[in-house]
Amino acid sequence: MKKRWEFYFAFSGAALLLAAVFIAGMASGYISLSPGRLLATLAGRGTDAENLILYEFRLPRMLVAFFAGIGFAVSGAVLQSMTHNPLADPGILGINSGAGLMVAVFISFFTSEPSSFLYILPVFALLGGIAAAVLIYVLSFKKGERIQPERMVLTGAGLSSAFSGAMIALASHFNRDQYDFIARWLAGTIWGDDWAFVLALLPWIAVLVPVVFFRSNTLDVLSLHEHAAVGLGVHIGRENLLLGFTAAALASVSVSVTGGIGFIGLMAPHIAKRLVGPRHRFFLPVAALLGAVLLLGADTIGRVILDPSGIPAGIVVTVIGAPYFLYLMVKN
Amino acid sequence: MEVKKENRGHASLRPAGMAVLAAGMVLLVASIAAAISAGAADIQFSAVWRAVFHYEPAREADRIIMSLRLPRELGAAVVGATLAVSGAIMQGMTRNPLADPGLLGLNAGASLGLACLFAFFPHASFGAKMLFSFIGAAAGAGIVFGLGSLKKGGLTPLRLTLAGAAVSALLTSLGEGIALYFKLSQDLAFWSAGGVSGTTWPQLELVLPVTAAGLFLAVLMGKGLTVLSFGEETAKGLGQRTFAVKTVLLLIVLILAGTAVSLAGQVAFAGLMVPHLARSLVGADYRWILPCSAVFGAVLLVLADTAARTINAPYETPVGAVVSLVGVPFFLYLARRGGKLR
Repeated sequence: MKKRWEFYFAFSGAALLLAAVFIAGMASGYISLSPGRLLATLAGRGTDAENLILYEFRLPRMLVAFFAGIGFAVSGAVLQSMTHNPLADPGILGINSGAGLMVAVFISFFTSEPSSFLYILPVFALLGGIAAAVLIYVLSFKKGERIQPERMVLTGAGLSSAFSGAMIALASHFNRDQYDFIARWLAGTIWGDDWAFVLALLPWIAVLVPVVFFRSNTLDVLSLHEHAAVGLGVHIGRENLLLGFTAAALASVSVSVTGGIGFIGLMAPHIAKRLVGPRHRFFLPVAALLGAVLLLGADTIGRVILDPSGIPAGIVVTVIGAPYFLYLMVKN
Repeated sequence: MEVKKENRGHASLRPAGMAVLAAGMVLLVASIAAAISAGAADIQFSAVWRAVFHYEPAREADRIIMSLRLPRELGAAVVGATLAVSGAIMQGMTRNPLADPGLLGLNAGASLGLACLFAFFPHASFGAKMLFSFIGAAAGAGIVFGLGSLKKGGLTPLRLTLAGAAVSALLTSLGEGIALYFKLSQDLAFWSAGGVSGTTWPQLELVLPVTAAGLFLAVLMGKGLTVLSFGEETAKGLGQRTFAVKTVLLLIVLILAGTAVSLAGQVAFAGLMVPHLARSLVGADYRWILPCSAVFGAVLLVLADTAARTINAPYETPVGAVVSLVGVPFFLYLARRGGKLR
């Protein structure tokens, strides 16, 4: 039962870290709440201004970052196990740029007023992300063969480049405001930061993440050798399809409110596996929390650094994540 | 065994290579002429001839041709030739059929270099832009190749592509951060979208000698590259000092790709496609692949640029997008075939 203790230890560690990041995020920035005032406000004893800061400005944004971080991490974990590729990440596989392309399509054909499309935009991003995932799957599919992770990664890289090219082509007609919006979107800004986005994100996370958690044992088997999985009675085709769709949907939903953020799906599962070992039952929950910590932390850093405009969270994540990715690549 | 076969094929390839090269040259001249005459102001072929060889500043057509169209088409040709040759060198050197300067961090590095330049010296000259593109491209490629070769077993296509993707993501992010902070995303985007529309004679005067020198050096290194493309062990066995050869080749790639990037921004896939086409026409000898790639790369970019400014006139479609339109299916096909065209 040593494993179980390790898991409790890592999980509560990650939860503590999350709380620390949350408090730090509150206490920093242009308008801030000190830990003491935060507690008082949460207890309902805050002033009007403090209530406004907490419940209207900060909390929704932080919850969006929290859920999206979970979405990226779980999606990355599933993709890695499914494709037997430790370097799989929704961003690297082209899901982000597919979503980005749809956002550009939407902006160029429908409207240029950011306020009016606030709530339809995520739907488009979602469609784009899922379409990209389907396209990658179809294009790297060969009849009578299992999907080869290498081919999938190469296809993803190529498609990602194609989507970005198409997006730039569309964006060349944009005016300055439209362009600034899409540039920030692509760089990964948590721009959906009011309660509507929290509510839009919540059902997906609440349904899809448990779907993955309940399949922990299946994922364990799938990440073994293919023959072993068949021998253990796993219906590979059906499970792959279901899990693949879940992973693509989680990543696309998250991307739709946070913009193009990569590398969380790569980093969080890796760190979690190092802490509690390769069994999904243990490392998935830890990975989910770590994903939330990473995104919340990156958003806070991006918000505080270089006041007042800040830098998008996606840039912070990439600056941390890309070297980590390269380190993994050289090591394995 | 491999070497022997190549040698036997070589004798019969020489006239074929000559023919292909000559045909490519004719095609290049024809496409430049066609490109000059196509567009918003309708210009006859005869007028093109007249403007180039008997320039008369009083005639409007002559002014359009000499100050707008001709430099633009020459710019496109230079970009195409340099991209294709640097792609061919990379493919031969790394034995990676999917190598392309755009996929290996060169472009992202150059765009980071330019972001720095735009942010700190907003009124920099074209020469400074070229210099910063070079430095950025060198940094990007250096990191990718360095990481790729850190491990034993060297640069497999997958490892190189992955390292390229990650390094590109990192450098692009840094560039985006700088661009967003200094509010110059759109300036940078216009540049990186790729395009030779703004090419001027002074730019060409700076670029042409560099390009010519780079291409000449590349063709000189053709033999060494062919030997290297058999594999490093074989090359060493044949008495090649592989480290020196590789260093020179990498420098040539940097010069060529840096020039292309500073002139036209990011144009991916040209450097990937053209060498494959050349290889299927003239065989595996880089002494022929390199010059043929240069010529066909130039043709490709001239045609793509013409398409870019006529598809959606009066708007310019970024030329990089036009090239990608052909390049992406090609890349996917190659990735599917494990890197072999046939």
